[in-house]
Amino acid sequence: MTHSVFIALLPEWVLLAGALALFVVSLGDHLTRRARIVALVTALAAVLASAGCLGERGTFFSGAYQVDGFSQLLKLVVALGFLLVLLLNGELPDIRGDAKPEYYLLLNLGVCGLVVLLSAVDAITLVVALELSSFPLYYLVSMRREREGQRMQMESAIKYIMFGVAANGIMLFGLSYLFGLTGTTSLPQMLPKLQAVAHSPLAIVGLAMTFCGFFYKLAVFPFQFWTPDVYEGAANETAGIVASLPKVVAVAVLVRFVSLAPPEHQTIAMLLTVLAVASMLYGNLIALWQKDLKRLLGFSGIAHAGYAMLGFVTLAPEGYAAAIYYMVGYLFMVLACFVVICRVSRDGRNVPLEDLAGLHRRSPLLAVTLVVGVFALAGIPPFVGFMGKLALLKAALTKGYLALVVIAVVNTAIAIYYYLGIVREAFFRDAAESAPLVIGWPTKALCLALIAGILVLGIAPQRFLQSLSSSLQALNSTPPPAATALVVNRGLPAVATAQPSP
Amino acid sequence: MPQPSEHLPLLSLLIFSPLLGAAVAVLLRSERALRWWTFVFTLAVAVASVPLYAWFDTTTADFQFAEHVAWIPALKIRYALGIDGISLLLVLLTTWIMPLCVLASWRYITTRVKEFMVCLLIMETAMIGVFCALDFVLFFLFWEAMLIPMSLLIGVWGGPRKVYAAVKFFIYTMAGSVFLLAAIVALYVKVGSFSIPETMGRPYSHTFQCWVFLAMFVSFAIKVSMFPFHTWLPAAHVEAPTAGSVLLASILLKMGTYGFLRFSLPITPYATHVFMPYILWLSVAAIVYGGLTALAQTDLKKLVAYSSVGHMGFATLGIFTLTAAGIEGATLQMINHGVTTGALFIVVGIIYERLHTRDLAKAAGMGKTLPVFATLLGVFALSSLAFPGTNSFIGEFLVMSGGFAYSKALVICMVPGVVLAAAYMLRMLQKVAYGDTRNPDHSLVQDLSLREILALAPLLVMVFFIGLHPEPVTRVLHASVQHLLEQTSRPAGYAYVPLP
Repeated sequence: MTHSVFIALLPEWVLLAGALALFVVSLGDHLTRRARIVALVTALAAVLASAGCLGERGTFFSGAYQVDGFSQLLKLVVALGFLLVLLLNGELPDIRGDAKPEYYLLLNLGVCGLVVLLSAVDAITLVVALELSSFPLYYLVSMRREREGQRMQMESAIKYIMFGVAANGIMLFGLSYLFGLTGTTSLPQMLPKLQAVAHSPLAIVGLAMTFCGFFYKLAVFPFQFWTPDVYEGAANETAGIVASLPKVVAVAVLVRFVSLAPPEHQTIAMLLTVLAVASMLYGNLIALWQKDLKRLLGFSGIAHAGYAMLGFVTLAPEGYAAAIYYMVGYLFMVLACFVVICRVSRDGRNVPLEDLAGLHRRSPLLAVTLVVGVFALAGIPPFVGFMGKLALLKAALTKGYLALVVIAVVNTAIAIYYYLGIVREAFFRDAAESAPLVIGWPTKALCLALIAGILVLGIAPQRFLQSLSSSLQALNSTPPPAATALVVNRGLPAVATAQPSP
Repeated sequence: MPQPSEHLPLLSLLIFSPLLGAAVAVLLRSERALRWWTFVFTLAVAVASVPLYAWFDTTTADFQFAEHVAWIPALKIRYALGIDGISLLLVLLTTWIMPLCVLASWRYITTRVKEFMVCLLIMETAMIGVFCALDFVLFFLFWEAMLIPMSLLIGVWGGPRKVYAAVKFFIYTMAGSVFLLAAIVALYVKVGSFSIPETMGRPYSHTFQCWVFLAMFVSFAIKVSMFPFHTWLPAAHVEAPTAGSVLLASILLKMGTYGFLRFSLPITPYATHVFMPYILWLSVAAIVYGGLTALAQTDLKKLVAYSSVGHMGFATLGIFTLTAAGIEGATLQMINHGVTTGALFIVVGIIYERLHTRDLAKAAGMGKTLPVFATLLGVFALSSLAFPGTNSFIGEFLVMSGGFAYSKALVICMVPGVVLAAAYMLRMLQKVAYGDTRNPDHSLVQDLSLREILALAPLLVMVFFIGLHPEPVTRVLHASVQHLLEQTSRPAGYAYVPLP
């Protein structure tokens, strides 16, 4: 149903109100606790609002902002992820004390950007939303507490921002090509016009360059270079955020762009295939040598981005649904690993693999969470990692990509080795230090929620997959809203008047 | 015969009740209560599985006690269960081995008893599930779900090199499984369904069949620990706790042979015929190799582990002779190996609990002071070398007669393996039961307790029951094996190219 802009965009309003409230809170001193509560309330309200708005449909702001089943479903996922991430953050042990309220503010703004990104169907709105979601993260990475001999957070923040700005620049350049070809910035209008000229080199280069912005977020080869350093340099909590939410949204928005290519486009499919293979091999092979848990997860994240690309290679809704399903599952899996990192870490330091030793004695719940998360990442049933991989392989093989599927399967086998290394440390080795790890009830609840999420998405994904595929079908068959469309020489849309980048 | 299974989802109950048992076990506090609960519960599941046999219709080859529910329609995955004669026997073996495993771990497991029992019960769910699943994804789910509790059993409660063994076991099995997954997806793309019966008897192209067969073969051969894919097995067996070794030998290895019977033969009959000679010779190699290496072992568990390689060679050989006698013999051999080798691992566990060593030399001469133990060891050792009157004799005899139908040379090459089996088993028996009693001194070692006798008695009964009167066991097999042979030998529309 179509409601007014106030009701249909309720999740966005809630998050904006939360951001404003956090801004006010962050003006005072020593209000970390209050900021945390405000952020938690905002996240909870956002979850409720997006659950309530699941059925909303409509197009707003002169066709630049589309509220459809696809965006609403993923908004719920993002809001849920926001809540989980806040629980994961705990007391933010590794963030400078006086900057903690700002941390929550920036995180909230970043989530705002992600949510807007899901609904943006105009190139310019999209770029603005992308920047809104990226810039807070750049800050968050650099906000790690300084301590003796540790300056790597600055280095990693610089890397993150440089790569980010470069990728966004390439994307903008690509969008300019697409605009030049079609004369419009509205994606629904671009779709039919671009299909007609899709095989011209200009369109291919334009599309490929446009994808780059999302490849960067997703850490697909060759835009993966920032990943290990940012994971390692950022505070554990921040790395958990960077590793989870933006990737889900990147996959979702990439669906909107890849759908611009016609289904049988060999060149685009080839390009995506190469990137998928390169990401899987690069991520998995280098992860084998990692000793630091966060770096390891960084490289494994590159490999998982490669798996998700399998869904895009198909250029078919079935594959897109599989990719999104996989990434939503990945959100839970990777957060399960990061909970353990954050709680095991001493004083917010990075966690080498040896620090996990004896975890099953020190904290059985954390050990089980880790084992579920890691085995899910490894793709072992009954966890979501397996069902997601199955859906991806199925989609790819249906389109005849046998070699790609075999490479993916071999990669899964390679990955087992380092995932098992984590389990080996946590379960089979005994530690010198065996003081029990005390974890509070929010962490316990978070652990149980993540385990439940990984299991339920793996065993009973029917409802999620059903709504995902039906919303994707609706996405692909949406007629361009001609009446409200923006033709560029009529002027910029209202939303896009903000400057995209500094 | 009445089949109340129409209304009662017996298979689902059997599969998922151990999970319920595990949930209860999590809540229990005292170790005593945990042991008793798991024992009583697994025994109850075993008793509950008896109606499967009682209500089983031996005249049909259809899958019985079938259950079909849509599970994840978006991915076309169904929750489909059903058993034929082959899976019936394996389900019964699984449910009845479980209480014995609990008994065998009564004293052996002293740390983290709760986690151990929970792992055992989760294993039971997965193992029964593997033999009942009629949907590929469901099958794969159970197949893989077993890996986690099993590697924990080895890695947490195992011997000195447990970590190495657990990781090796996991990586080997998983590496095989990913190829199975690829084969499953490939079949799905051809058939448009994950249903196992629907993929059988389809006119796939020859090349496709060969690739699918090879992908499945890697996975199943690793699981069977078929020569030369067996190297994970000695490590895993030696380091695993007694219950882990028993489950590994009695049930997990059977999943590989079950996979050959359920998938390889009926789904890819052409490829089966193409690869049959190679697999037969590999099986013979396994029999001889297993015998030779077992003869060289001084560690009792390693000895039994290598004997497993040889015995499973008989099973794969029987299967790939593609004769009724061979396949029935192979199935019987699977059950026999489960009974006999399971018992031998319990016996070795008993020795280890008393002497804290598995060294053959140090365990010498136990017969003098432990007469009951020596008697049981003697029976199981004789059963293992296929002494007439014991269960393995029937199985190996059938397999050999199937082998004759294929080639005499093959059977002649097998003979040294059979002789070797007698040699290493009698060598062990001679040392342990009749060896020198003075050094080391075992005069203070206690004979078997009632619990240990109870753990071995059912297996003892089965040794002689199958050995003297196998008909109740083979009865359920005939129809299913006949059907399997029809699927394998006369696939519609194929012209076979016999290989040199």
